[in-house]
Amino acid sequence: MLTIKNLHAEVEGKKILKGINLEINKGETHAIMGPNGSGKSSLASVLAGRDNYTVTEGEVWFNGKNLLELSPEDRAREGVFLAFQYPVEIPGVSNLNFLKTALNEIRTYKGLPPLEAKEFLKLTKEKQQLVDFHSNLMNRSLNEGFSGGEKKRNEIFQLAMLDPQLAILDETDSGLDIDALRIVSNGVNKLRDAEKSFVVITHYQRLLEYIIPDFVHVLYNGRIIKTGTKELALELEERGYDWLKEELHLKESV
Amino acid sequence: MTLPFYQALTADVTALSAQLPLAADNLQDIRRSALERFKAIGLPTLKTEEWRFTNIQRYLKEFPYELQQTPVAVSADTVAAAAIPGLDCYRAVLVNGHLQTELSELPAGKGIIIGALSAHTTAPGFTTWFNEQPHLAEAVLAQLNTALFADGLYIELAANTVLDKPLHLVNVYTSNSPAFVQPRHLWILNRSAAATIIESTVHPDSQAVTFANSVLETVVMDNAELWHYNVQLGAANFREVHTTATHQHKDSRYHHFNFTLPSTPFTRNNLSVALKGSHTETNLKGFYLANQHQHVDNHTFMDHIMPDCYSNELYKGVLLDNANAVFTGKILVHQEAQKTNAFQQNNNLLLGDKADINSQPQLEIYADDVKCSHGFTAGQFSEESMFYLRSRGIGEDAAKALMVNAFSHDITSEVNVPELQQQLQAQIAGIMNN
Repeated sequence: MLTIKNLHAEVEGKKILKGINLEINKGETHAIMGPNGSGKSSLASVLAGRDNYTVTEGEVWFNGKNLLELSPEDRAREGVFLAFQYPVEIPGVSNLNFLKTALNEIRTYKGLPPLEAKEFLKLTKEKQQLVDFHSNLMNRSLNEGFSGGEKKRNEIFQLAMLDPQLAILDETDSGLDIDALRIVSNGVNKLRDAEKSFVVITHYQRLLEYIIPDFVHVLYNGRIIKTGTKELALELEERGYDWLKEELHLKESV
Repeated sequence: MTLPFYQALTADVTALSAQLPLAADNLQDIRRSALERFKAIGLPTLKTEEWRFTNIQRYLKEFPYELQQTPVAVSADTVAAAAIPGLDCYRAVLVNGHLQTELSELPAGKGIIIGALSAHTTAPGFTTWFNEQPHLAEAVLAQLNTALFADGLYIELAANTVLDKPLHLVNVYTSNSPAFVQPRHLWILNRSAAATIIESTVHPDSQAVTFANSVLETVVMDNAELWHYNVQLGAANFREVHTTATHQHKDSRYHHFNFTLPSTPFTRNNLSVALKGSHTETNLKGFYLANQHQHVDNHTFMDHIMPDCYSNELYKGVLLDNANAVFTGKILVHQEAQKTNAFQQNNNLLLGDKADINSQPQLEIYADDVKCSHGFTAGQFSEESMFYLRSRGIGEDAAKALMVNAFSHDITSEVNVPELQQQLQAQIAGIMNN
């Protein structure tokens, strides 16, 4: 579904990604871990099309399409979703109106008619329950005055509504208390199926107790330096990242 | 001999008054001295402080305007097109300032006087308040209006009279040849009276160019409350100077909302409030969305004469294409006006490559125990917000429309007539999606 080949990217002249290779198949969940500043969030931004990043080398293919040639909106319409680490507050844009616009823009792109008001409401209700998203938040302005947990839940609610093929969760767990973490993880787990793939970017192993990944990758200094299964996350929790860094330096100095 | 309009304005006031003989009413002295005053001040140029960024002469020279117009029939369809969908309201239709009773649905009942201004020039409210607002004397276009106006709308609500529904005032401007139209209104809300009045402008597009120089005086007496909305949609062949001069008395509340949307090329709004009593509340809200070569000038004057008063002014603008806007916010706090709270803010989104804003706060504060603030911003959309919207599949244009609606939200959300609020939001979205 997603193939990343030798991806290099920089921001303001600074090299951030230095040759990422990653293959994600339908239905898989990949966790990407790594110390601060290793390039985790940058990878998410490059995939979603944030324009202050410049891709200098490499390719990204998504369902046979060259992702890097698409605008951010077309990537979303093709089925890529980024749950933001820090969702923005947009006063004056109501959650409902925002979702309706997004959903209909995606439908138009796919050649489908806009959803009838009734169908839209039905879908909204159904997905709201999935992530325990209170309806009183629906009529408020987008994320305005939401708590950290409410903002993250809103991301997962949008994910449920827009039904992408590939969802990238950028540190969705940071700043969440354990109850909110459970709600968010449950929401994600309910959305997992054989067709959908997830990339879970996190700094903390804790999230991976709730969202069990098929693969764990360690990103360091703009490259994936180790890949394993969920046990790797446990090992990282116990031993930290230093042993991996040492291993890497040893390898490079040989 | 009749001089072309512009020459008559600048050179020969006698010829000007000859074009429209001073009406044979009881206002001859007032009209004559206003004409003298107009002559003494003269037409504004770019050197006139209050008109530095607005070249009115260019628009006055544009056509050989006529002061007198042959009446043009206005159809019920034209009026219906101006309706606010779903709103249950009274309606007053004015064509070039003249009230059309057959197209109107005026409120009636105890304590309500409403009709043509020309029919009420001997009413006690009129003789007390007409041309009394102190700032009018300095406003040269208002002086011209006082001298030569033909008619307008007179409203007087007796003490404790509350209009049970909003009044929609539909100003239709239309003419078969270039016309200079000068409506004149006077609205008086006596003690504890209350009303919501929505003014909108209609200019059927096929007609000749019309320049409107309108003056509205409002008097909000003790403990009375007026919500006044001015919605300017206009058309390519319309130009407007709109002067609103308000007196506010003790404990009164005055809420003025001004919306300027495409596509009148030239709009100048003069809004001034003079406080005649303490413990008043004044809210001045404005939203302008201009495109192409539109010029929108909002000139406001909040005159804190009395102590313990509150005023809050917020004007927000979105400028597309080559549009340019001017905002002037004068706040004068007199020495006696202690404990004044006066706030002012002007925020702009410059979205056109050649869009331009000139914003000037003018605060003059002579009292020492006051809270006053002002602020100005001009910028573009937040990139982070745009990216967020686009990352959800929303295209750039639709994202911009959403953001503009959001930007206007501070103003539109304060509109206390839901039907009008919806219509405005739809109109703003419609312009952005086009």
